[in-house]
Amino acid sequence: MTTQAFQRIYTKLQQITKATVTVQATGVGNEEMAMVSGRLSQVVKIMGDLVTLQIFSGTEDIGTDAEVVFLGRPPVLKVGEQLAGRFFNAFGQPIDGGPEVEGKEVEIGGPSVNPVRRMQPSELITTGIAGIDLNNTLVTGQKIPFFADPDQPFNQVMSLVALRAEADKIILGGMGLSNDDYLYYKSAFENAGVLDRIISFVNTTENPPVERLLVPDMCLAAAEYFAAEKNEKVLVLLTDMTLFCDALSIVSNRMDQIPSKDSMPGSLYSDLAKIYEKAVQFPDGGSITIVAVTTLSGGDITHAIPDNTGYITEGQLFLRRDSDISKVIVDPFRSLSRLKQLVIGKKTRADHPQVMNTAIRLYADAANAKTKMENGFDLTDYDERVLRFAKEYSLHLLAIDVNLEVDDMLDTTWSLFRKHFSKAEVGIKEEFMKIHWKE
Amino acid sequence: MTKGIVKGIIANLVLIEVDGPVSQNEICYIVKDDVKLMAEVIKVLKNIAYTQVFESTRGLRPGDIAEFSAHMLEVKLGPGMLSKNYDGLQDDLNKMEGVFLKKGEYTDPLDADVKWQFKPLAKPGDKVSGGHWLGEVPESWIAHKIMVPFYLSGNYQVKSIAEAGQYKVDDTIATLTNTQGKEITVTMVQKWPVKIPIKTYKEKPRPFKVMETGVRTIDTLNPMVEGGTGFIPGPFGCGKTVLQHAISKNADADLIIVAACGERANEVVELFVEFPELDDPRTGRKLMERTIIICNTSNMPVAAREASVYTAMTIAEYYRSMGLKVLLLADSTSRWAQALREMSNRMEELPGPDAFPMDLPAIISNFYSRAGYVILNNGSTGSITFIGTVSPAGGNLKEPVTESTKKAARCFYALSQQRADSKRYPAVDPIDSYSKYLEYDEVIENLNKLVSPTWVDDVLLAKNLLLRGRESYEQINILGDDGVPLVYHDRYWKSELIDRIILQQDGFDKIDQSTPMERQKYMLELILGICRTGFEFESFEEVMPYFIKMVNLCKQMNYAEFKSPDFHRFESELNETVAERRVK
Ligand SMILES: Nc1ncnc2c1ncn2[C@@H]1O[C@H](COP(=O)(O)OP(=O)(O)OP(=O)(O)O)[C@@H](O)[C@H]1O
Ligand SMILES: [Mg+2]
Repeated sequence: MTTQAFQRIYTKLQQITKATVTVQATGVGNEEMAMVSGRLSQVVKIMGDLVTLQIFSGTEDIGTDAEVVFLGRPPVLKVGEQLAGRFFNAFGQPIDGGPEVEGKEVEIGGPSVNPVRRMQPSELITTGIAGIDLNNTLVTGQKIPFFADPDQPFNQVMSLVALRAEADKIILGGMGLSNDDYLYYKSAFENAGVLDRIISFVNTTENPPVERLLVPDMCLAAAEYFAAEKNEKVLVLLTDMTLFCDALSIVSNRMDQIPSKDSMPGSLYSDLAKIYEKAVQFPDGGSITIVAVTTLSGGDITHAIPDNTGYITEGQLFLRRDSDISKVIVDPFRSLSRLKQLVIGKKTRADHPQVMNTAIRLYADAANAKTKMENGFDLTDYDERVLRFAKEYSLHLLAIDVNLEVDDMLDTTWSLFRKHFSKAEVGIKEEFMKIHWKE
Repeated sequence: MTKGIVKGIIANLVLIEVDGPVSQNEICYIVKDDVKLMAEVIKVLKNIAYTQVFESTRGLRPGDIAEFSAHMLEVKLGPGMLSKNYDGLQDDLNKMEGVFLKKGEYTDPLDADVKWQFKPLAKPGDKVSGGHWLGEVPESWIAHKIMVPFYLSGNYQVKSIAEAGQYKVDDTIATLTNTQGKEITVTMVQKWPVKIPIKTYKEKPRPFKVMETGVRTIDTLNPMVEGGTGFIPGPFGCGKTVLQHAISKNADADLIIVAACGERANEVVELFVEFPELDDPRTGRKLMERTIIICNTSNMPVAAREASVYTAMTIAEYYRSMGLKVLLLADSTSRWAQALREMSNRMEELPGPDAFPMDLPAIISNFYSRAGYVILNNGSTGSITFIGTVSPAGGNLKEPVTESTKKAARCFYALSQQRADSKRYPAVDPIDSYSKYLEYDEVIENLNKLVSPTWVDDVLLAKNLLLRGRESYEQINILGDDGVPLVYHDRYWKSELIDRIILQQDGFDKIDQSTPMERQKYMLELILGICRTGFEFESFEEVMPYFIKMVNLCKQMNYAEFKSPDFHRFESELNETVAERRVK
């Protein structure tokens, strides 16, 4: 970056910690960007003439005589059609060997949409995966994470969802992405021939962790450009938000903030909400949908990161290995899409809500029967039947390798009902029974 | 007027050096280029005012100028608030231009140019004081009272009052004189600081009148009363918001104020979209006509989130002073507590449990105490019923916000993860939840008069059956289906019948979503009738299919129009089924 006329340069550092430096300076704005010894940094605190800067790539090797240049602007991204098909780092600099993007500069982390100007999301996103389309239907403008243990194939599922979702643009935000996974995404997009619709902002495990903090805002600034100005349907993939939160806690702990639960900053809820709430259906047809990954440790969703996430997002998708069929399934109990009621039975067949609920209720009965079996009790005839039902339901519908149209998913479920249960046990509204219960 | 200079900035906490007197909670405006950012004083140390800014502080610099307003955070009260969508500071969101919110944009909560049809209620010579009704204007379908400003607490006399006719909110509609003969002019608008309760009423007796919500697990099992308080704690995704929305659609109130506090914008959009379309079951008008939405979603500035609940409460108090039945819903009060925590941490205050401020319990209980049933000075009554949601961290109810709220609220509607996971909606746990009002003699009397002479006994019986059912279920799980006497299966399935037919309610079904009290009575009596019946079974294997059949028939009744041919058809089929195994 070149030095411009209005930039002010300071040299005397007063304090250096692992992530921040403090310098004596005046006329500096809050959240302004600066270069410290050539490293990008941002103002996080101002007390009188003492300005504290967070240095994204860490403070190793920085001396008290380091040169601090204030850039007189908040963090920005240059946006334009040229973003399409490009790969960038967390600062929005190309990492694909291509040229700098020409376009207009926009602030990242900008203002929120006025709630009264939002449209209600109403457009179905189909993925072919029944665990999603049947039980947890996604809608444009929604924000939803996968909750998964690190050993689960969430990156594969997410790329499947992205490719089948028919979005105009797919924006990938990689945070602490391993180089292998980064290359996986790249080749998945390449093989599908959609590279011209993809934009990536990637911080890999090889980059300093604090840099990740910029990734979601970069992605969403680009998303807002395409969705709000070009009226496009934009899908934003953020993986892994747990590593983003870890970076947040590194910074706040180093600024001596009092941590709340699980050593996360007390502002975690607001910090995450600012990101996820960028998901929106705009009045002119554009939309931003966010699908994220939050890795869990040992399936614990009471940890502050998944917990706060769950309170913000519109549902969550749980991946679990089902040992009965030895496949990964979308767990129907813990998964939830809260916007599904906007489309199911309306954009899909009218029996959808009841079929979905009934199948899950029967699947829950199977879980009880399984417990009974494990405790060594005799099983009733009904228990035996729900167990058989559950296995087939899991195999033909819940497994992530299923690829069906929604109507086929419903028909498959009806045929399983018919095969294993009586009318009364199914207990669906008469009007649907009449049509779909084929004697 | 006190002025100040910005000295320090940590996120939305801004330290300002002042040149004159400032007070706690005073509002100031920080001038940044051509916009003014509103902030509230939350602590003063010598000549430094610590302020929380209601906007993003990006770009603020030390040296920026602040102007102090000499008043606290206020709302503007007058006709025209119904059907409005406000942000947490009472800015009219519909008046803002553009798709994105702009920093420092504040809009008029009322409509200065609209004319209202005024009718005087007082006459010259009348002795009045704050809250006295001087006249009224029709606002949608309510008679909006124009009142003596609440701050006028002494004795005043009406000197003149406007004739019936069309007036704008800022027109003078009366002049009053105080005991010294000093004149005060009154318009249709007054301002009031949100953190101070409006107390221009005579007394606040114990609430006694039941308030219908249409939600069976509340009305039948744990009723809410007019002027009562309650809260809904529950892990994410268990149905707090859906339950509150259901209440807001069906509750028997004159006016509903919904405070969306730090939650999802799409949930508010749902109200924006649905309420103008849905009918109020009581008046047949559109729901939006009796609703005010205060909306500070989670991505809007944190400090304004805290303000939003107070803004909502103050507007509720204003309408209560007109003798109206107001229902206030806040989702979620935990976000408000978190906003307090964020500020307290930035100010490096000594933290209490889970880093929340030490005085959190006091703040919560003060807030809940502003609800209530009141008798106004003119003998009319009004009420604010308040139901808040709580979002406990990790779903664990042993956390400061839940515990503090439990002390302040009288009804506890605990949502259970287990029920939600098995889609038993609404997921209100029937055993853990309670309504303290069910212990009030005056409430029992009111219920028995309203519903049936044996109603409260019936309800207590249903609760007991649910408890016994759960106990039997646990025994069956420990000892196995054939390790327990048959009667355990009978008990368990009778409790299931109550659970599946009375408690579970399909929030998305046109008919089932709201149940009038008359229908609730009908169904409870029907179900209890079955529960009182002795059945003959040979073995436990016969119990479940038999009850499932009854459950299924009752469910069809729930989905059918009350007392329609279908309804009766299912009922007679049910009666036949009951007769099959009834002990002779
Ligand atoms: N009464 C109901 N009938 C049918 N479905 C329901 C009902 N209540 C809740 N649900 C389902 O549960 C989902 C989550 O409900 P809701 O949004 O009210 O949860 P919440 O407790 O408010 O969660 P959060 O704390 O994250 O805001 C809904 O989107 C809906 O799918
Ligand atoms: Mg909610």
